[in-house]
Amino acid sequence: MRAYIAARLATAILVILGVSIVSFFLTFLTGDPAEIMLPPGATAVQIAKFRAEWGFDDPLPVQYWRFLKRAVHGDFGTSLRHGQSSLPLIAARLPATLQLTVTAMVLAIVLAVPLGVLAATHRGRPVDLLAMGVALFGQSVPNFWLAIMMILLFAVSWGLLPTSGRGGLTHVVMPAAAIAINLMALLTRLVRSTMIEMLAEDYVRTARAKGLRELFVTTRHALPNALIPLVTVVGLQFGYILGGAVVIETVFTWPGVGLFTIQAILNRDYPVVQASVFILATAVVLINLIVDLLYVWLDPRIRVA
Amino acid sequence: MAGAGALIVGVVIVAALAAPLLAITDPIEQDLTVVLKPPFWREDGSLQHPLGTDHLGRDVYSRLVYGARISLTISVLAALLGAIVGVAAGLVAGFLGGRADTVIMRVVDLNLAFPLILLALAVVALLGANLRNLVIVMALTTWMIYARVVRGLTLGLREREFVQAVRALGAHDTRIIGRHVLPNVLAPITVIWTLEVARVILMESALSFLGLGVPPPTPTWGRMLAEGRDYLTVAGWIAIFPGLAILITVLGINFLGDGLRDLLDPRLRQQT
Repeated sequence: MRAYIAARLATAILVILGVSIVSFFLTFLTGDPAEIMLPPGATAVQIAKFRAEWGFDDPLPVQYWRFLKRAVHGDFGTSLRHGQSSLPLIAARLPATLQLTVTAMVLAIVLAVPLGVLAATHRGRPVDLLAMGVALFGQSVPNFWLAIMMILLFAVSWGLLPTSGRGGLTHVVMPAAAIAINLMALLTRLVRSTMIEMLAEDYVRTARAKGLRELFVTTRHALPNALIPLVTVVGLQFGYILGGAVVIETVFTWPGVGLFTIQAILNRDYPVVQASVFILATAVVLINLIVDLLYVWLDPRIRVA
Repeated sequence: MAGAGALIVGVVIVAALAAPLLAITDPIEQDLTVVLKPPFWREDGSLQHPLGTDHLGRDVYSRLVYGARISLTISVLAALLGAIVGVAAGLVAGFLGGRADTVIMRVVDLNLAFPLILLALAVVALLGANLRNLVIVMALTTWMIYARVVRGLTLGLREREFVQAVRALGAHDTRIIGRHVLPNVLAPITVIWTLEVARVILMESALSFLGLGVPPPTPTWGRMLAEGRDYLTVAGWIAIFPGLAILITVLGINFLGDGLRDLLDPRLRQQT
């Protein structure tokens, strides 16, 4: 158990190091970062001065080492556009993104679990077909289009919800739903298929043979076991959810990290892009680490294996 | 379901291939005399522009037909490139094991750690948005799944008796992998490939929607949607139809993928 946790931690650290290398090299994809960061038409003297100032003349390993040392201290350089340190700029927008992604995850789980269970207990019946239909739709719909259609319906036509920005609960409903739809589709399928498996298990038959009511058997015996894979999948999907947030934040001008990063990408504000990619990827690695450890705690069988 | 999927996919492929024949007007031709015309069933609409026109008077239907080309080309090529890289990586990792396995799987973990759309956006913004770069970037978001699945299958196949028998006969690793392992992983790869094409279509349209797809004037579904957003209240159809086109195409491919899975792996049929 301890060996497993140690090994898992070591892997996570290794991957985060890899993340730092990729974030670092993002700037070098086009060759000369000075050319990306300076406005077009900069003179050779300006470019040379910029290169010397930013240390772009040093060998790459030296530059990477400097990047890493600064990153550890939370220094990702100054935003070219905002003239401030990039990390605080991103940190200030994290709560908005967290609010959105957590709401989306909760929404997806709260909808998918009952739908998946109902589909499993009513296989082949209308409820099942409906659930599978919803899942297929959710899996195939472009979430940004769904977002626009929701705006058209709930905000423009009916005037029920605000079209954009962050404010009260009404602001979060549409963007969270748009992010949640793909995850919900996936989870509904997952809950359904694991529930079907669980309901065929011996312990469920035993519970039924004892004369327990079906509702009790389903919710107290089969469901808890079916939820274990759900934890892993939700954890693994965290990266996709963040990705969804990037797009959806743009549609609703939600003032989060996603919108900020897209703007930084379009403005070629590379210190911000670097910091943002690094922080979001690290967050995904840490979430996956936590999920893996949680999994061990939830399922004692893995501790041995 | 699989039949419906095949039909939808067939229609989209035909649309992409025969776009010049099926289109009513040149998809990039602007005609400022027929700006924001509604679809034919609405008052003011006409069969001349069955799905209406956009803010520059371009025919929405013709642009949709041409847009299928971009979506299909990028997604099919990217899923293929991803498959080639991923399958090779998975075969090597699973068959050789040891250090090669560790290194390859760590790279897979690393790639999976990034919110893929963010990585794709950053890379495309840097390299420049064109067809080739988009294919490469999309492949970068899809090879990992092949690597993981193929590695797992290869690990199992390596120990099977028929593989050991071939090895006992003195076959080289490359021959064993090429002639005996690869054919046995092709079925699941085909299913994954289909579903990945669907996923890449969604991601490409998102990139295009955000302004980092194949640059204008080439019509893409994602950018049509983005442009339609500005005319949502006066001309909703500009945004509605490209979205429907993406939804129906992806739905069709998913149907097809599910059908293929049932066909190729009867064990799964009982589950779903």
